[in-house]
Amino acid sequence: MMQKVPEASLTVDPVSGTPGKNTGHAVCLPADIDTDVVIAGRYLRTKDRSIWGAHVFEDLDPGLAPRLRGSVIVAGKNFGCGSSREQAAIAIKEAGVVAVIAPSFARIFFRNAINIGLPLIECDITCTDGSSVAFSLAEGWIETAGKRHEIRPLSLRMQEILAAGGLVEYWRNHK
Amino acid sequence: MSTLSERILGAPSGNYVDRKVDRAYAHDGTGVLALEAWKCMGADRLSDKTEFSILFDHIVPANNGTTANLQHELREFARSSFMHFADIGCGICHQLMSEGVVQPGEIVIGADSHSVTLGAFGAFATGVGATDMAAIWLTGETWFRVPESVGIHLSGQFSGAAEAKDLALTYVGKLGTDGATYQALEFIGDGMRHLSMDERLVLSNLSVEAGAKAGLCYADEITVRYLKERGHAAKPQIPEPCTYVQKLDLDLSDIIPLVAVPHRVDTVRPVQDLAGLPIDQVFIGTCTNGRYSDLARFARIVKGKKVTVRTIVIPASAEILEKTIRTGVLADIIEAGCTIGTPGCGPCIGYHMGVLGEGEVCISTANRNFKNRMGVGGEIYLSSVATAAASALEGEIAVPEAA
Repeated sequence: MMQKVPEASLTVDPVSGTPGKNTGHAVCLPADIDTDVVIAGRYLRTKDRSIWGAHVFEDLDPGLAPRLRGSVIVAGKNFGCGSSREQAAIAIKEAGVVAVIAPSFARIFFRNAINIGLPLIECDITCTDGSSVAFSLAEGWIETAGKRHEIRPLSLRMQEILAAGGLVEYWRNHK
Repeated sequence: MSTLSERILGAPSGNYVDRKVDRAYAHDGTGVLALEAWKCMGADRLSDKTEFSILFDHIVPANNGTTANLQHELREFARSSFMHFADIGCGICHQLMSEGVVQPGEIVIGADSHSVTLGAFGAFATGVGATDMAAIWLTGETWFRVPESVGIHLSGQFSGAAEAKDLALTYVGKLGTDGATYQALEFIGDGMRHLSMDERLVLSNLSVEAGAKAGLCYADEITVRYLKERGHAAKPQIPEPCTYVQKLDLDLSDIIPLVAVPHRVDTVRPVQDLAGLPIDQVFIGTCTNGRYSDLARFARIVKGKKVTVRTIVIPASAEILEKTIRTGVLADIIEAGCTIGTPGCGPCIGYHMGVLGEGEVCISTANRNFKNRMGVGGEIYLSSVATAAASALEGEIAVPEAA
């Protein structure tokens, strides 16, 4: 049974911090996107997160980063495979992506994204670039092209971490 | 009856469990970000439940001022918090943890995807990101979803020029890059009796390239002997009958030399099909194939000959480098015209020490050939040591001769 998480904390846009906005325009990406492609190794040696946001997906499509603010990425299977670099999840969040939807995620990327407060949704949907995607993690659905899909709930611990805004915030509160 | 992962994590697959972590380690790449998360958590004291290490291997020595400053801060943190610390040149984190540190049955977490390498000892070893690592520094624990397991049953012995890397590329090719996502691989069967620790480390190392969370070998007499030579009394782990979600049967005598072509590890083809493809660089090293037996095999092939393209050889650790000096392997490698780098990850991640130019082709013994990984516009072919050695002599991808 899925544990109910306070709706208020989850409907806050994880990027802008404004409440109630769990929608975005779809940006379609292929299957097996690896974290080297999300953020290239040459940009890792810094603590400046804005650099990662600016160069996200550069080796896939240099024109992609500016289109990501307020978007929901809808990707193919095995999103985030490869290197454990947490900068990949941070780069996506920094670029203003609201959530990533894919049929499956690589496991380290999955943990990293939850840990930095980037919602990931495991669901296999057809992507139309630019179409509107709405979702509710608390109620367990996504809606696009007039169709509603049920989504698998996260574990209680993961919901608590996301609700706190990430693992740093979670442990700051629980220490 | 349980899989080895279920036994070590103490619960049936599918369950979420919180577990004490026996060993946790980070490197100069992920450690910097983990330290940021640690500071943001407002944490000040390490958990005393876990053995912690920080091992510098990704950009060693530092390539510029920015890297040097980041490394300085992390080095100071490691020292002031009394973590085990290995500075530049000691070697690759996974290799150092394999030199008599990790023991069978332990739960080992590394802030690097190739931490799965240590599964070769019958430990549950897996990678996490930086923030997870910071939380482990604080609590000495983390959560796991106990994975289902894929049984990779090995029989027979290698023949011809095939080696452990070819076997690893074979199973990644068969499973695909996400064939074992969220699952653990278990390497079992009579074939294991013919695989040394160095070879098992290769098998476990590549498991993440099939998406696996871990790649485990049961500790046996070979494991026990290896650890005994390093002063540890380990016990073998006896496999129990258990349920695998997938099974793969591989006869080692069927394995042939393979290359993984750009830009995926699972797109493998017989070396024969690529023979004659011109190359610009050869790289021997990494947490996959930078061990003593790898360097000794490379030296045997190139000894008394000359490589015809630039060839970079990087021992995975200082212990390995020292042994290659003692045994004359290093002299053979240098006399053949190769160059040697500081023990560490080298050019595998495209920061330094062998970055590829646009359109350049490299044959590498590493584990990833993702687009632009070793330099923008460079192409990476992954192979065994023997294939890379034969190719270095020819200046093009070449089929290795039987050992």
